[in-house]
Parts: sequence; structure tokens; C-alpha cells
Amino acid sequence: MSQAGAPVADHGLGWIRGGEEAEIVLSSRIRVARNLQGFPFPGRAGLEERADVAERIRAAVDRAESLESGFVWDIDSLDPVDREILVERHLISRDLIAGRKGPSSAALALARENSTGIMVNEEDHLRLQALVGGLELDLAWRQVDRLDEEIGALLPLAYHHQFGFLTACPTNVGTGLRASVLVHLPGLVLTKEISKVLEGISQVGLNYRGLYGEGSEVVGNFFQISNQTTLGKTEEDLIEHLGRVTGKVIEYERSARSVLLTEAPAVLEDKVWRAYGILRTARSIALEEMMNLLSGVRLGVSLKLLKTPRVETLNEILVRGQVAHLERAAGGILDEQDADVCRATFVRDKLAIDERDAGRGPADGSSDATAVDGPPSGG
Amino acid sequence: MERPMLCEDCGERQAEVHLTSIEADEMTTIHLCAGCASRRGLSSDAPQAEADEKPPLVDFLAQLGAPGYRTPEAVSTEPCPFCGISAADFRRTGRVGCSQCYVHFEPQLRGLLRRIHGSSQHAGKLYLSDATDISDRFGQISSMRRRMKRAIETEDFETAAELRDRIHELEVQG
Repeated sequence: MSQAGAPVADHGLGWIRGGEEAEIVLSSRIRVARNLQGFPFPGRAGLEERADVAERIRAAVDRAESLESGFVWDIDSLDPVDREILVERHLISRDLIAGRKGPSSAALALARENSTGIMVNEEDHLRLQALVGGLELDLAWRQVDRLDEEIGALLPLAYHHQFGFLTACPTNVGTGLRASVLVHLPGLVLTKEISKVLEGISQVGLNYRGLYGEGSEVVGNFFQISNQTTLGKTEEDLIEHLGRVTGKVIEYERSARSVLLTEAPAVLEDKVWRAYGILRTARSIALEEMMNLLSGVRLGVSLKLLKTPRVETLNEILVRGQVAHLERAAGGILDEQDADVCRATFVRDKLAIDERDAGRGPADGSSDATAVDGPPSGG
Repeated sequence: MERPMLCEDCGERQAEVHLTSIEADEMTTIHLCAGCASRRGLSSDAPQAEADEKPPLVDFLAQLGAPGYRTPEAVSTEPCPFCGISAADFRRTGRVGCSQCYVHFEPQLRGLLRRIHGSSQHAGKLYLSDATDISDRFGQISSMRRRMKRAIETEDFETAAELRDRIHELEVQG
């Protein structure tokens, strides 16, 4: 039995602990789109039909093993800050909470132990999804595939002998599968090789976009790469192709980084330390600036120019440094200025904890650490 | 996220016409002001109008709306009998309304899917429910074999054993 209306708490954040290639690949995500037989798709369904669909899915969720003792949140009755928190954790899409008139019967079901879950009544009746840390597409697929088998046995799904699983948008039909990886590519951006690599990605049938999804600007050198087509290939082929191309991109990123280290070590080191210095000392910081600086620090940690923070801390800041998370921590709605101040405090504290855990400043061994809480020691 | 969008042609006036098209493998949206849109032969008042180069989706939708247009497979111009979605609804949203739409608009959709995905034949997981027809037993067996192999590779022996039993059942039935 799932718990309805439980607090959002820390659920769905397992990915921040990382996985394979975690310094470059933040997370791997897979979702499949499914619909119930005999009901119009959510965009075409009336309130009652949507509620009926949600109820049937809810009953299946209660019986699905993958979601045993998990959670179900009814989006209509969720506190607005909690809704935003789920969006910021990439557990639901912005479309799911976008201003619909009246009740939407939208919901999120989430497993207890990992980020496997179901988004209900978005563009399709069901979006089965899994989010894991690092480059672990196979793990994400195993979780989604298992959940799909369970749900498919409990609910009659819309399936066509030729077109496969039927979806509201023809771009998703067939496997209904979208696999994506979130990668950090500062080396390719700094060496200006990135446009060539991105062009290559589109030429092999993959898509790329910024961290915040469709149509978003690329911030902090974070790119999301995903498969573009869903029909005519097996799930394994689609996933394997993305994995292989991601492996290539990682290789290019590594070689770009070693070029930077050989050709411009001083510039690189300066950039990394400045980024750390600002994050460690700023009293007010906007989200975008934070993300760009986190990129510099992440690069520094990866190249061992910095000893702290840990990659996990960087991932956590990326999530909890967003507005709704800061609001939850502050216990109230924040205007932009207050949010920037809260963000700076949160980041400073997180970095300080890692420095203390490491027993010393974030020194690279060749220079003295800046005093943790006092003014810079100079020199 | 909301910021005034300027026309992509003149870059001066605010965009009022937004045309989403699917060409080759890419879905693109162009944003135009009313003036530039009508110069391109597009207008928000006359949604039937076409761009110079007809993108496949527009082409497909034009077929739906074009009076007298019939292919040997009898392209349907009627709204979907189950959900009532019309060509205009589809054009506006880029979404079909229900699973029956795929049957109702099948001849046209097949062409569109081939242009989007490079294929119109599903090759992924087969759906095995009591409600699904199981005429394609061979396809089901080979799909299950593939999944069994993967299960063994990932040492998920429980799933592998379950699949082995289901394959056996299907083979016995055949």
C-alpha cells in the first residue's frame, strides 16, 4: 500500500550520490509513455474521465511491487511549494502543474527506495520513469522495464500491432521511450569544441538541450542528451546507442580538459579557484550565477585542483539551491533578493562542512588554504 | 520564461503566428508577426494556408482537410469517431486525442511516422495482456528470448526463469 499525501521530504534524491563517470555524467533518466485502453488521452479527456483514469492507476500502483510502500502525491491538493520542489527534482514536469482550470487529477507515484515512479495524467495517462546517478542507463532501464511489466499486467494499455505503444504525440509512439543523460562539458565549452560535438550528436539521431529541459538555455555547461526517435528500434538499441555516444562525448571532454591543463594551466586554475572563492564567500547569489560557478568548481574537483567539495555536495547544491527548496528550508515564500541571500548562505555552509570533514581547507597542496571563516589570508 | 517574442523574419514586431512543423526528424516552431506571416502565405485567420515548402505535418493536415482528396486507402476527413478530434485540433496541438485516432487516421499517420522516426513499424517490447491479440506468436517469442538473454546477462535469474516458462508455454501452444 502506498502512502498518499506524505510529506515530500527527501524523496527522489538518490541520484546525487553519483554512479559511473559521476564527475562528468550527473544522472541518467529513462521514461516510457503509456496510455490506458478505452480512454481519451489526458489532453482530450474530461474531468471525470481523468479522475477515473487516475483512480485506476492508483489501484494498480498499490499492487505494483516496484512501488511497494512508496508514495503517491495528488498534485491538485499538494502545497504549491511542494509542487515546485518536485519539478526542481525533475520528478514531475512543469507541464504537469501548469495552470489548468479546475482539478487536473494529476499525480506522482514514487518508490520508497529509489527514484522509480509514475507521472499520472500529464500528456499521456502514464509516464513510467527512473532517475539514477552517473552513467547508469542500464540500471534505469531495468527499473522502468520492471515497473512497466507490473503495470502492464494490471492495466490494459493502448497498443497497436504496427505502431506499438500509443501516445498523445506521434513523436513518442512505439517504444514511448526517452532515455537521457545529464552531462557536464566545461572542457568542450572552454576549448570551443562544443558546437562540433553537439552537431555530431544531432547527426547521429540524438537531441541535446540545456539543464532545464525543452527550449531552455544552456546554463553551467550542463547538457541533456537524449534519443530523438522512439519507433522502429528496440528499447535496448535506443539505450545502447545513447550510451555509446555518451561514452564518446566523455572521451572528447576528457581530452579537451587535458588540452586545457597543458596549454593554459594558470588560466584554468585561476578560474576554478575564483569560482570556489565566490561560492565560499558570497553573501547573495542568483541561481544562474551559482550554476555557472558550480561548473567551475566541479571541473576543479574533477581535475584534482580542489580537494573539496565532494561531487555529491555539488549535486546536492544544484538541487537544494533552487528557489522552492530554499523556501521550504526557510519556511516561507521568498522574494528574489531574499532567495539570493538564502542561497548564498546555504552554499557557504555546505562548502564549509565539506572543508571541515576533509580536515582542512580545499588546498591543492601547492598553496595554503584560505581561512574558512575569516577574511582571505592574502598572498 | 514569459518574454515578448519577436518575429523571426523582421525581428521588429511581436510574433503572433506560431507554426510548429515536423520536418525530417526535427520538430521546429517558427514565430512570425502577422505581416511577415501573410507574406509567407501564413495567417492566423486562414489556418489552411501553407508555407513555401510544405513541412510534412502541414502536408498531412492539409490532406485531412482537403475536400475530394482520397488515396486508395480512403484517407479519412471525418473527425475521430471515438474522441471527436479534428484535423484542426491536431494542427493546433500536435497531439492526437485517443488510441482510436491511430486506427482512424492510420494511412496518413503511417507516412508521418515514417518521416519523424524513419520507420512506421514498432520493433520494441510487445505488449502481452489478455486483451491483446496474440496472433504474432513468433514475434512474442523472439522478443521474450531477447529479454531473457538480457536478464541472464544482468544476473536477474528470477526474471529469466519466468521468461523461460512463458516462452515454453507459447511454444507448446503453437
